[in-house]
Amino acid sequence: MLRRTRTLLSVSFAHMLEYRAELFLWMLASVMPFIMMGLWVSASSDESANYALGPLEFARYFIAMFIVRQLTMIWVIWDFEWHVVEGRLSPYLLQPMDPVWRFIAGHVAERGARGPFVLVLLVLFFVLYPDAWWVPALRDVGLCVLAVVLAFLLRFMMQYTMAMGCFWVERASGMEAMTFALYMFLSGMVAPLEIFPPSVREIAMWTPFPYLVYFPSTLLVDSAGAAAGGLDIARGFAVLTGWLVVFTLLNRWLWRMGLKHYSAMGA
Amino acid sequence: MIEADNLSKSYRVADKQPGLMGTLRHFFRRKHKTVEAVKSVSFNIEPGEVVGFLGPNGAGKTTALKMLTGLIHPTDGSVSVAGHRPFARKAAFLKQITLVMGQKQQLLWDLPASESLRINAAIYDIDDTEAKRRIDTLAEMLSLDEELTKPVRKLSLGERMKCELLAALLHNPKVLFLDEPTLGLDVNAQATVRQFLRDYNKEHEATVLLTSHYMADITALCERVMLIHKGSLIYDGSLDGILNQFAPYREVKVELAEPITNGQMDTYGEVQSIDGRVARLIVQRDALTRTVDRLLAERDVCDMTVTDPPIEEVIGRVFTDGVAD
Repeated sequence: MLRRTRTLLSVSFAHMLEYRAELFLWMLASVMPFIMMGLWVSASSDESANYALGPLEFARYFIAMFIVRQLTMIWVIWDFEWHVVEGRLSPYLLQPMDPVWRFIAGHVAERGARGPFVLVLLVLFFVLYPDAWWVPALRDVGLCVLAVVLAFLLRFMMQYTMAMGCFWVERASGMEAMTFALYMFLSGMVAPLEIFPPSVREIAMWTPFPYLVYFPSTLLVDSAGAAAGGLDIARGFAVLTGWLVVFTLLNRWLWRMGLKHYSAMGA
Repeated sequence: MIEADNLSKSYRVADKQPGLMGTLRHFFRRKHKTVEAVKSVSFNIEPGEVVGFLGPNGAGKTTALKMLTGLIHPTDGSVSVAGHRPFARKAAFLKQITLVMGQKQQLLWDLPASESLRINAAIYDIDDTEAKRRIDTLAEMLSLDEELTKPVRKLSLGERMKCELLAALLHNPKVLFLDEPTLGLDVNAQATVRQFLRDYNKEHEATVLLTSHYMADITALCERVMLIHKGSLIYDGSLDGILNQFAPYREVKVELAEPITNGQMDTYGEVQSIDGRVARLIVQRDALTRTVDRLLAERDVCDMTVTDPPIEEVIGRVFTDGVAD
């Protein structure tokens, strides 16, 4: 198992490095947190504004969100769809290893290849906006790392579960597009959940979306402050784990059903 | 080693008419039809046998291979390969088989084949020393060297196919399903692949089921062939047997002393060609002796040969002239 993991990761890493330029462009394309940061910092700087967060807190939230997004970026639905449509899934199905490990390894290895670019952007950001600099508490880093790992797995499982639709309709990426609006708003990508009306926030916190971005980002900025502001961290981890279990079980069931339906087209 | 009993597979496929109206109709009211790709096919292949699976495009060969490897579930019937139900996809089964498709690849396109081999070795639990030994042996048999360290996308089709074979056989499978393994290769590469498969079969006593459009692959490797046509198995036996069953005729090449004129040879058989003093005739087998006697008695014959028609021609006639129907 260890050897398989090591080999898959090192080969996937080599594969990712073949696309250095593309990787850099993809990363530049994911600078939305900086745009949102600009908007919210500007809006909250207005003295008449009465937001739950001040300009500095907005800046830190969005920079944390940038880091979290870079670590939880998932594209497995498109990757899986391509493998099904091009007949590339079939050789994987004939090997004594579940193909999901190849997809996971590809995503994990990509983090390694993306890392240096992310660091450069972060350094650049803090040089331009030194007031936003902060050193998170060790506890916050630990909680954030745990939340990021679970968020990565949850986002992966959510997309991979939708990807199972490929067994029936070949192209399943439309489902991701359908849920993307919910993901955008409820995950905290557009705005931190603190500024949502309390009732909307309460409902959102029972869905999986806030745990994909908002939850780990908030923990990195200041978990104690967030807890004091009403964020129940223990419940957050419980809901996050619960959704991960639900999607994993659903995924495994759909995988078994899907294989019975698989037509192995193009292969 | 491979047992198929009344194996059948039906597909539901969308039926779309061409043109804009067809597209709109297809969008709003989708029509489907059921295609019977494989119909009640039964056969049994013994360990170590090399069997050719022949049929025109769309005959059901690849669908049958997909069922035998467990990629798709049969609609009806049962199948057993190396003592396993393929579609259960147990590791013990998957470690014994391989599927090579000439028009598809399993190697990572952007990396050298050696990287894909590393992954395969890890997946099949082959330790580094043993993997290296097997790679060296197989690479030597396939005349591969620095090709293994070049990105796959930079390899020629022949080199890539040889690398594909190496990757597919690294775990020493006992059952090989080969779908057009020489497709698009030049004559030399085809010969190398054929020789390799022959050697692998001999060394590992592997069971091989091979589809190919190149008769040279079949005649070089297979003593037994199965012909599939419109989803049904229409022949299962030796290559020679095909001639007896589907070609009850012989080719007679006769050279006369005088130039041959049109119509002159029509009474002896079906005239294939006339070239000066040489005529090629197709003569039914039961009329062969009588025809040869008549030719010798009635014509001034300088030379005459009687041969079996080429196997490619016979199989071509089986599928195109409706002999199989």
